[in-house]
Amino acid sequence: MNDALYRRRCRFNTLMMTLTAVCAVISAGVLLSILGYIFVKGFSALSLSFLTNLPKPVGEAGGGIANSIVGSAKVVGLAAAMGIPIGVAAGIYLAEYGRGRYAFCVRYAADVMNGVPSIVIGLFAYALIVQPMKKFSALSGSVALAMIMIPIVLRNTEEFLRLVPGTIREAALALGVPRWKVTLFVILPSAGRGILTGALLAVARVAGETAPLIFTAFGNRFWDNGWLNPIATLPHTIFTYAIAPYEDWHKQAWAAALILMIFVLAINIAARVWLKPPTGAAH
Amino acid sequence: MSTGAAPAVARGPVKVPGPQERAGDRFFRLIISGFAGFILLALAALAWELASTSTETWKSFGLSFLWTSDWDPVAEIFGALPFLFGTVASSFIALAIAVPLGVGAALFLTELAPRRLADPLMFAIEMLAAVPSVILGLMGVFVLVPMMRELGSPYGVGLFTAGLILAFMILPYITTITREVLLTVPRPLKEAMYALGATRWEVVSGVSLPFARSGIIGAVFLALGRAFGETMAVTMVIGNVPQIPSSPFGPAYSMAAVIANELAEAASDAHLSALIAIGLTLLALTLVVNGLARLMIYRLTRRA
Repeated sequence: MNDALYRRRCRFNTLMMTLTAVCAVISAGVLLSILGYIFVKGFSALSLSFLTNLPKPVGEAGGGIANSIVGSAKVVGLAAAMGIPIGVAAGIYLAEYGRGRYAFCVRYAADVMNGVPSIVIGLFAYALIVQPMKKFSALSGSVALAMIMIPIVLRNTEEFLRLVPGTIREAALALGVPRWKVTLFVILPSAGRGILTGALLAVARVAGETAPLIFTAFGNRFWDNGWLNPIATLPHTIFTYAIAPYEDWHKQAWAAALILMIFVLAINIAARVWLKPPTGAAH
Repeated sequence: MSTGAAPAVARGPVKVPGPQERAGDRFFRLIISGFAGFILLALAALAWELASTSTETWKSFGLSFLWTSDWDPVAEIFGALPFLFGTVASSFIALAIAVPLGVGAALFLTELAPRRLADPLMFAIEMLAAVPSVILGLMGVFVLVPMMRELGSPYGVGLFTAGLILAFMILPYITTITREVLLTVPRPLKEAMYALGATRWEVVSGVSLPFARSGIIGAVFLALGRAFGETMAVTMVIGNVPQIPSSPFGPAYSMAAVIANELAEAASDAHLSALIAIGLTLLALTLVVNGLARLMIYRLTRRA
């Protein structure tokens, strides 16, 4: 046995393995430091009036982001109302009938759409709605966000429907229940928890989207008015405040970021707790 | 009713003569296939809208739009090269940082860490993907940029800063996919190596990594697609100067960033058309990269 060689191999092993540990610690540490920093910075600027006031002119203290919070809820809510039903229905189609060439095309298109940058989807909503109407609007923002949600919800729905055991379906069919009823009232509910969680995660994902909203929802310093006018949203407000040169706005940007972050984190953690990761069950 | 339902479950080679598809079933199938068709329609409309609203640019500049570098909205001269360069360069800087970091982390999480440690670490890394990009941009503007200035970068903002922040954004993708692929490495292969007296690192570098190679490459392409399309964080730290910088620390511009900054204020149709042409180019670029990623992962699943 060559002792020197053996020791060198062992040392090299220790070195490389320590390096991988360092990589893991750095990767996970980034999240913790981001969260910690946002919490510290945002918490000091947070107050009740910040949540309930409208933005004030520059230089005047006490401005809030109430309109952005309501605006985000409106835009994301409408997007969810459009995107989730379409995504779930298309997911049902793929899981139940998804064999032929048509289904292959749909699945492929969903994959492609999932990879389309969100700003390009924003461009689409701009060309489709803003340009013809000659007006920035909440509706166009919602359409853009819905387009982002659909492929996410679709793939998730399909995956969870496929996890439903075939015996359940066969038992229901054997009782003489029509297939559409089996699908809607037996199979869908038994995958319901997974589908719902996936939909919630999609909501969390688009709630933080800014890029497609810049030139669709556009932003607004006041209360919005209906669906066809410019509207303020939380992520867009963070963006405008962050790149503005005013110290007071920077503080507000941190506080707004804290609120957005709490919302997104809460949904993600709830989804995690509520639903054991599907990877374990899938195999 | 009771005699008609049984054949509906018939599968496989035995063909049981049964009734036609019920009216309700056919109705349901048509409706949901319509919803599925909506995706196809949306994608086609997306491509068509972008192509038709950018024709003016393609007509007046042709493909030279992609390799000229003058960007002057006032004189209506447009060339997208600085943006193409900024997008590609910042993304590759991001890959150079995130790939070793992500693969290293994935190795630690699969080969070394006990489950009790690996699970929370993995959760933290996955959570990083859920952080909205505007928040990462905010961190970039107020933490990373001053830090870079301290370290000697002339402006703080620039190509490298953008690459650094992009690295954190794509890190979760690389780590998660690499880890998943590493988990599929057959145990007997590794055990054979251990039985020969190999150290842990020798097993990793001799068996696990080669086995996982095409999956890791797929993850890298997927991450590259994400990095190309990433907008907010990049817009906030890249510097937004339409030029090809002379150093990696100089201010630059990316395709997504110029769209985000200029579209809402585009005054002329020519300007608008040029921005949408950039969007179309970005779309094509990400589609190609994502296609390559899918090819890699497809190859892997076929082999397994």
